[in-house]
Amino acid sequence: MTVAVVQFGGSNCDRDTVRALTALGVDARQVWHGDGLPPETTGVVLPGGFSYGDYLRAGAMAARSPVVEAVGEAAAAGTPVLGICNGAQVGCEAGLTPGAFTVNRSARFRCEHVHLRVENADTPWTAGYEPGEVLRFPIAHGEGRFELSADRLSALVDDDRILFRYCDEHGRVADAANPNGSTGNVAGLLGERDTVAVLMPHPERATLGDIGSTDGRALLRAFA
Amino acid sequence: MSEYTATVTVRLKAGVRDPEAETTRRALERLGFDLSALRAADQFELDLDAESAEDARERATEMTERLLANPTIHDHDIEVEPR
Repeated sequence: MTVAVVQFGGSNCDRDTVRALTALGVDARQVWHGDGLPPETTGVVLPGGFSYGDYLRAGAMAARSPVVEAVGEAAAAGTPVLGICNGAQVGCEAGLTPGAFTVNRSARFRCEHVHLRVENADTPWTAGYEPGEVLRFPIAHGEGRFELSADRLSALVDDDRILFRYCDEHGRVADAANPNGSTGNVAGLLGERDTVAVLMPHPERATLGDIGSTDGRALLRAFA
Repeated sequence: MSEYTATVTVRLKAGVRDPEAETTRRALERLGFDLSALRAADQFELDLDAESAEDARERATEMTERLLANPTIHDHDIEVEPR
């Protein structure tokens, strides 16, 4: 198992992600986008950061790069793919997952810990959690507001494709606990296959325990 | 072949909130201006050599759909003029 953590110009969570995965015993390495996916790739992380300086829209440029086309082919063949923060924006822009992440409702960058409620614990990413479990993850984004029409969101809910919603410490999904104005408080969701997922919060920053939470470990163990 | 400029305007769909525009509107109001609404949009000018205005429009539309706009949140319109 070699997880390719794809590094674009402007990625800044690629090294943290490799470190977090390595701490969990997962073989992971940074892969420069221009070098393409190595043949031994058995998992992919699109990491956080500001690929291409967020030009045009966050994730728009990286989503149309050759390596993401290869990631899409790998995803279609069943390779696990996880997009975190900027990687989530790339995933939606590339059509790996539905919807779009755009400017926070406050129009401000938010950098803080938030609570997430596990909506579906029957996926490779959430099998280590209980349904309804409340997790504490850090966020750091200016464009994390999940946008999707009410009809399409309702179809995703019906298909159990919502992984996490922003909630308060008691697990209540409320507007006051929504850090960015996301539709339906959605913080993370699945692609068409449950092996493809994106989320705005940072599991790799909630793995080593140095900054207050290890709730992200179970999610990253999907690659183990 | 003739030279054309395709002007692509990309704006948020009705109902999608634009926090930057809301902030800009509040700033105008703080400056003492009175307005009912403010909408922001991105505009791209594409200079193209094409067989016809229709051909230029078709290519600009493809560019818009592939990259310039995100159909989940955006509407767009395209004007083509000889250059």
